Amino acid sequence: LPVKLRIGVDVGGTNTDAVILDGRRLLAAAKRPTTADVTEGIVAALAAVIAEADVSRAAIGRVMIGTTHFTNAVVQRRDLRRTAVIRLGAPATELLPPFVDWPVDVVAAVNGRGIIVPGGFEFDGREISAFNAASIRDAIVALKTADVEAVAVSSVFSPVSDAHERRVAAMLADALPGVAVVCSADIGRIGLLERENAAALNAALTGLAARTTDAFVAALAEMGLDAELFLTQNDGTLMRAETARRFPVRTFASGPTNSMRGAAYLSAVQDAIVLDIGGTTTDAGALTHGFPREACAAVAVGGVRTNFRMPDLVSIGLGGGSIVSAGGASVGPQSVGRDIHTQSRVFGGPVTTATDVAVALGRATLGESPALADDVARRAGAEIDAMLADLVDRTKVTADDLPVILVGGGALLVGAGGIAGVGSVLRPEHGGVANAIGAALAQVSGEIDRVVSLAETDRRAAIATATDQARRQAIDAGAAPDRLTTVEVDEVPLAYLPGNAVRLHVKVVGDLP
Amino acid sequence: MTSGQVMRIDAGAAEAIAIGAGILGTGGGGNPYLGLLMTREMLRWGANISLVDVADVPDEAVVCGIGAMGAPTVGIEKLPRGDEPLAALRALESHAGRRVTHLIAGEVGGANAMQPLIQSAFSGLPAVDGDGMGRAFPELQHCTFSIGGIACTPAAIADCHHNTTVFPRLRDTVTLERFARAVTVQMGARAGYAFPLMSGAEMRRTAVRGSYTLARAIGEAVLTARDRHADPVATILGSTDGTLLFAGRIADVERRLVAGFARGTLRLNGSGQFAGTQAEIAFQNENLIAWTGAGRERVLATVPDLISLVDEQTGDPVTTEMVRFGLRVAVLGMPAPAQLKTAAALAVVGPAAFGYDVPYRALPGVYGGALLLVI
Repeated sequence: LPVKLRIGVDVGGTNTDAVILDGRRLLAAAKRPTTADVTEGIVAALAAVIAEADVSRAAIGRVMIGTTHFTNAVVQRRDLRRTAVIRLGAPATELLPPFVDWPVDVVAAVNGRGIIVPGGFEFDGREISAFNAASIRDAIVALKTADVEAVAVSSVFSPVSDAHERRVAAMLADALPGVAVVCSADIGRIGLLERENAAALNAALTGLAARTTDAFVAALAEMGLDAELFLTQNDGTLMRAETARRFPVRTFASGPTNSMRGAAYLSAVQDAIVLDIGGTTTDAGALTHGFPREACAAVAVGGVRTNFRMPDLVSIGLGGGSIVSAGGASVGPQSVGRDIHTQSRVFGGPVTTATDVAVALGRATLGESPALADDVARRAGAEIDAMLADLVDRTKVTADDLPVILVGGGALLVGAGGIAGVGSVLRPEHGGVANAIGAALAQVSGEIDRVVSLAETDRRAAIATATDQARRQAIDAGAAPDRLTTVEVDEVPLAYLPGNAVRLHVKVVGDLP
Repeated sequence: MTSGQVMRIDAGAAEAIAIGAGILGTGGGGNPYLGLLMTREMLRWGANISLVDVADVPDEAVVCGIGAMGAPTVGIEKLPRGDEPLAALRALESHAGRRVTHLIAGEVGGANAMQPLIQSAFSGLPAVDGDGMGRAFPELQHCTFSIGGIACTPAAIADCHHNTTVFPRLRDTVTLERFARAVTVQMGARAGYAFPLMSGAEMRRTAVRGSYTLARAIGEAVLTARDRHADPVATILGSTDGTLLFAGRIADVERRLVAGFARGTLRLNGSGQFAGTQAEIAFQNENLIAWTGAGRERVLATVPDLISLVDEQTGDPVTTEMVRFGLRVAVLGMPAPAQLKTAAALAVVGPAAFGYDVPYRALPGVYGGALLLVI
């Protein structure tokens, strides 16, 4: 059997990057502009990278795509379906209806309407109210009148029992064929509003998700690739294209995760601070054991609160295009952005930017050396150094001296002197395609998060059951059954409840065969 | 707010109060976010919410404490119907044969700060610009009503179906806590409560006056600093007469669950004017004691004075659930309300009551500083 190669693709707002890996060895990388139809940009990047690696198309077994497409659609309020939420829980939850606390323009963009009906569960699995089929039928009539295209179904404590959500989903499938239906139990964890919000965003994105995954499949077909297709999720693991089609929200924030995972691979360190220095901002995140540290607060996507686990990033307004002012005492947050090639002094423009300072101080060789007063360059250089040193300090998760990995086009701002307080600064080759590499290297996972009553099951049996379910999810997602690792078993006793209810979180990660 | 004035609550005031309540939570008390959303919903429906000064409540008024209780994790999943505390209050009224005229919060620190506003919106009854703690504490017996000798019963609790339970007489707050907890679990681990029931005179004698004025001022300071990209810590201190006890990075957090409470300690390495020094804070849901020096050399502040951690950059409260390595925080000290500083109160809420052999030395100033002195 020929060695199966993998291709990682990052579809960004500006560029589409592609890399080919043989095992963990990088064979080739390519960068092409992202196109409006997505397909063409991917085809161009794939063609370029395959040509450069000079490999047979038949040798390519898998393609992993990371994309910010769905996040951007929410942020830009476009390509969203008319979406309704049916929530089971009445009379509980009535004061806080679906779509509460959403930005009004997002609600308008999805023409959002919420209906609260009896049903839902208590923490211990008892029904809050009996399931009421008549109230669902009434809701269906209202949804038909409103001509909705997608419905999210949420119920109180669906992570404990999803029975009511499934019954509603079945009724909707019968009564409204062609309308996309999403159950919140498939989307998120405990925290009703955030889980329901994510389910509603997911429902709103189902149309775009179908078109986009079709475009991905078409791009592979056009390239003559007979490869398995995966998309990366926010935690850095993979899902199959069919799954992504149903659950596009799981791709939210996969970009920074892929970038950090790629940086870890390229520099061959597992514990580090990653600085992604772009044109306008620098994102800093901590890597522990090769994975980004997760944020603990709720993460808003386009102003909508969700409870996805996302990388904990600290951003500052410093990049290659940052404007230098006050005689060098101030750098950023204003930036010339993508106009750096016309606006900055090294390229003959009128504006003094951070890049000009780097060139004047001999940290980088680029364009023409700008005529900058020595003291301005020195002061601005010191300011840049102080900003980065402070950022690293704020991102650190332990007191140890961690290496810093620099990626992104603005990495030239850091001179040979490094960063104050940092022992080693790594500048991996191919740092510009870290995202695509992170995608190509991603693993698959299975995850269980639920409240269990230890009065009915004993603790070990409960953990074993949850772990088994998480393993099965990982295997369904494509993992080799003999290469699974349980990476997380969290047990949080629920304060207040009579000593027997715990919130159990189990995560299993595995390699593809 | 001074005597004779009424504070009308709009969405802006509610947001400020929620932020201030988080900071007055001194690390605990729960997140006021859902309460703020509920308040906003009521305002959107056109409800009127007003707060009156403690001094303006007449002797013969009937005042009742209200709030929500139960497991916090359940609270973010089984969201309330909204009027559970009012259902409990109505049951309490029919049991006691008296109509309640004013609502008051048990604790202004944290999630329950918003309940008097929400229930005021449902019932049309005014709420009182005051509460039973001026901050947050873990248990019912820590409140000034209990310390001041007000009976905790009759008390009532209700769930989303308006199932209600009235406790006509229980011997003390510890017993009420136990009984109410057992029933609350049957109610799905979340319930609205109504107690204690007291006269206007009793409330004026025991309640902490002006705590909503203070919460609002703190919140407005944070919002203003955010708008102007100014230093939120300085702005908060300026508006409350608080003391900056310490500022730095969290270097270590140690936690354990003891008898249902999140106990622990956190260590800080100083920065700015505190560079080169260390501090340590012990907490039990709320922050209890702050020391400076590597080995707890000098006490900076203790309960019942308020020890609050805020994010150095945003001024957002940092709760004991959120603390973790690397966060940069300012440690604020604010003087406790006078009712918590009496010998009787210190026996319940002083350092010794939480198991620390440390004398209580009051921070300079008074609760709320100049803001509450003028009322």
